[in-house]
Amino acid sequence: MEFAYLAAGFGAALTVIGGAFGIGKLASSAMEASGRQPEAAGDIRTSMIIAAALIEGISLFALVICILLALK
Amino acid sequence: MWFSDPNIVTDTAKVVHETAKKTDTSWIMHHVLDSREIDLTPFGVIHLPQLHLFGMDVSITKHVVFMWIAAIVLIVTFIKVSKSYKKSLIPKGATNLTETMIMFVRDEIAKPNIGKGFEKFLPFLLTVFFFILTCNFLGLLPYGSTATGNISVTATLAIISFIVIQGGGMMKNGVFGYFKGLLPHGLPTWLIPIMFIVELLGLFTKPFALAIRLFANMTAGHIVILALLGLIFILHTYVVIPVSIAFALFIFLLEVLVALLQAYIFTMLSSLFIGMAYHQEH
Repeated sequence: MEFAYLAAGFGAALTVIGGAFGIGKLASSAMEASGRQPEAAGDIRTSMIIAAALIEGISLFALVICILLALK
Repeated sequence: MWFSDPNIVTDTAKVVHETAKKTDTSWIMHHVLDSREIDLTPFGVIHLPQLHLFGMDVSITKHVVFMWIAAIVLIVTFIKVSKSYKKSLIPKGATNLTETMIMFVRDEIAKPNIGKGFEKFLPFLLTVFFFILTCNFLGLLPYGSTATGNISVTATLAIISFIVIQGGGMMKNGVFGYFKGLLPHGLPTWLIPIMFIVELLGLFTKPFALAIRLFANMTAGHIVILALLGLIFILHTYVVIPVSIAFALFIFLLEVLVALLQAYIFTMLSSLFIGMAYHQEH
């Protein structure tokens, strides 16, 4: 039974969906906020990059588990 | 017609399974993991010495050599930069670049996050930032390997960060006062044990997340590039070459950005945690 590969594939796909959804929502509110107040664009850009890296950190936790599954 | 064949799904699955069983992809892991020899492929292989000290295996491996290279690069650069300030206070060239980066770490990362008294932590934050940056960039050069793509290296950096955070917090607030300051004020008495355990667990998960984030970001980029370039060899055709190289180039540029970003994120989160432990009144 080689379901480990199937599980790894499904896990990675679900993680990418969640991460892309979160970062997309983040980017859209950052664009909107920059449009409303262009002077704050620098601060908003910094906070956006920090939040994006944190969300990506979470999806990479799941990626590490998927790699462990696929290598078993 | 091929699409009305009732066995189409099972036949495709069988062909994919057979091809997958015959393909050998162990070279991907061989390039990404640590090893006891430095593999300069057309020119030969350097075997590294194995040492055992008190029963522990402290042999020199590829990642250890690249960490030493990063340390030597940083030491030489910073000694040169600090000596050039004796000649003139106006920086030029490499001194200017280094001064810009140091001012960036001081003004954007250390000062806003730690607040008053940030000068004590500045050597640690600068060391961590430049070391992670150099290690990440060394992994992108030909024949290079990323030392921060090893979970032991990132775990060590996270443990050192943890010691600095707890040590800084305990020196300012006292050992008992630090633990008392972990709990938010205005809590009903029956909640205190639960909140204490939760906050204590939170103290440990934050450096763990730092380690895993850096390790996974560095390793994942390399695996994707190697897999895309390996498609050429697995599929055995010339047609795939321009597509594969274009995608791999795009992911490589993304990796340069990720190398810079991960050094910044590690330093920024460390300084944020130091600020939260040092000034607990927030």
